Amino acid sequence: MPEAKLNTYTINFGPQHPAAHGVLRLILELSGEVIERADPHVGLLHRGTEKLIEHKTYAQAVPYFDRLDYCAPMAQEHAFVLAAEKLLGVTPTPRAQYIRVLYAEISRLMNHILNLTSYALDVGAMTPLLWLFEEREFLMEFYERASGARMHANYFRVGGVAEDLPEGLLEDIGKWVERFPKCIDDMETLLTENRIFKQRTVDIGIMTADQALDWGFSGPMLRASGVPWDLRKAQPYDAYADMDFDIPIGKHGDCYDRYLVRTEEMRQSLRIMRQCLDTMPGGPARLPDRKVMAPPRAEMKSSMEALIHHFKLYSEGIHVPAGETYTAVEAPKGEFGVYLISDGGNRPYRCKIRPPAFVHLSAMDAMSSGHMLADMTAIIGALDIVFGEIDR
Amino acid sequence: MLQALQDLGEYIAAALPEDVVSAGVVKDELTLAVRRPAIVKVLMFLRDDANCQFKQLMDVCGVDYPGREQRFDVVYHLLSLRHNQRVRVKVRTDETAPVPSVTGVFSSANWFEREVWDMFGVAFTDHPDLRRILTDYGFEGHPLRKDFPLTGFVEVRYDDERKRVVYEPVKLTQDVRSFDFLSPWEGYPLPGDEKAEGKT
Repeated sequence: MPEAKLNTYTINFGPQHPAAHGVLRLILELSGEVIERADPHVGLLHRGTEKLIEHKTYAQAVPYFDRLDYCAPMAQEHAFVLAAEKLLGVTPTPRAQYIRVLYAEISRLMNHILNLTSYALDVGAMTPLLWLFEEREFLMEFYERASGARMHANYFRVGGVAEDLPEGLLEDIGKWVERFPKCIDDMETLLTENRIFKQRTVDIGIMTADQALDWGFSGPMLRASGVPWDLRKAQPYDAYADMDFDIPIGKHGDCYDRYLVRTEEMRQSLRIMRQCLDTMPGGPARLPDRKVMAPPRAEMKSSMEALIHHFKLYSEGIHVPAGETYTAVEAPKGEFGVYLISDGGNRPYRCKIRPPAFVHLSAMDAMSSGHMLADMTAIIGALDIVFGEIDR
Repeated sequence: MLQALQDLGEYIAAALPEDVVSAGVVKDELTLAVRRPAIVKVLMFLRDDANCQFKQLMDVCGVDYPGREQRFDVVYHLLSLRHNQRVRVKVRTDETAPVPSVTGVFSSANWFEREVWDMFGVAFTDHPDLRRILTDYGFEGHPLRKDFPLTGFVEVRYDDERKRVVYEPVKLTQDVRSFDFLSPWEGYPLPGDEKAEGKT
């Protein structure tokens, strides 16, 4: 019997590869320079988030969500607090809803800036990264001024936000929102019509609309394939129903369209932020319901009942009525879902996290086979993957 | 919206009376309980039927209820862009009985089912590539089962003498502290209460 002769060879891409956007280990089967099969090995950053959350109260679970997709921390918190609020049956105050939307959009900008510019770096353009990361730093400053932390904010809480915004912050965000479109234009002059950039991205990693649906795509990846679907429009949560914005979609479903969709999404995010700033309602940012949100510290100095509430909420935590919900938000990377099951206690019985990038990465093989090895980095970059949320 | 979901549940239950055990809307979310062997057929129906059009499988996950005879739920979340609706489909299984894989219906099920296998040890028949996905190479056990300890069993460190990473049983300098803050009083009759009730 003749020996089967293999004409392919296998290489190991990562886990420590600068273009892998984290700890991705890709086993690539190559025939010459053409990729025959790509087998991503994930889980190198697995921290058992879901298991840990089962052992934590609802308030203690929120910081874990910052650490999933650390490029846009608040978008993750948003999904979890919405899920818990749905089971509790509480609605945050209008001001809290607007603040959350404002910060969800800041998160989206943070994510897209990081993704687009580092994507440009992957395919050979360094300047966008240098230009836009300065602006990203301002966004982190807004995070810090609201929550005290640049990234892992723990700002959204069940029933509202941790604290109302400090004075003057809205004005400063307003100034930044006016300034930033110029930066997007600058980036576009460098990339959008750039011959090298287009050669690296156009017609690379094409997913048709049907394929994208079959693979469970969501967010910009789905929209780049020409499906006008955005949870902020279709199933609005918090104050998104009041916002006026457009959903950009692509035509070809290739990496270049994904870049264009994300770029336009940044402008739309700015539009939403501007509306939030213009119509920011007054009133409290925390729910007055003392069974859900702790009383302000000043009140605790004089009221025994406030003290008891505070103690109970920070030791025992909220009791969430038994039930289950799948709540999804339009995170910058796509649909970020939380499937929360409560048994009526103070800890979630089960908290399944549905990360968008996990699903996108699972289509890696379908997207990349037949492409050249050099296209791999272009495809990975356009997927917008972050391993904090894929590996959980 | 609510009524539409209710109707949809009744429609599906009527169309597949053999396979759908129950259909109900709780908190604006439609849940179908399905017999295990029929899961592929049901998802195929949900995907292709004109009134359903659930073209996207958004999530598959396991849930462990150790007290039950069939301890695992496998939960599928589907999304219909056409009708802007979601549906949750549940099947029950135990440690040994495999669930039919739905990778043939939705490609996105591939990794999700690997994850359920990895985390809960629920096997799927006809899955093209049922390997572990999130845990380490050579990992033993299924970490999201309720009887798997939070600390796990082994820890790793780099051994400088052997020049490689070694696995050792977990040694904690301090025990894991699981504070039980549940109030011992709520819902529990205080001593003496039964006398008060008895009197009246």
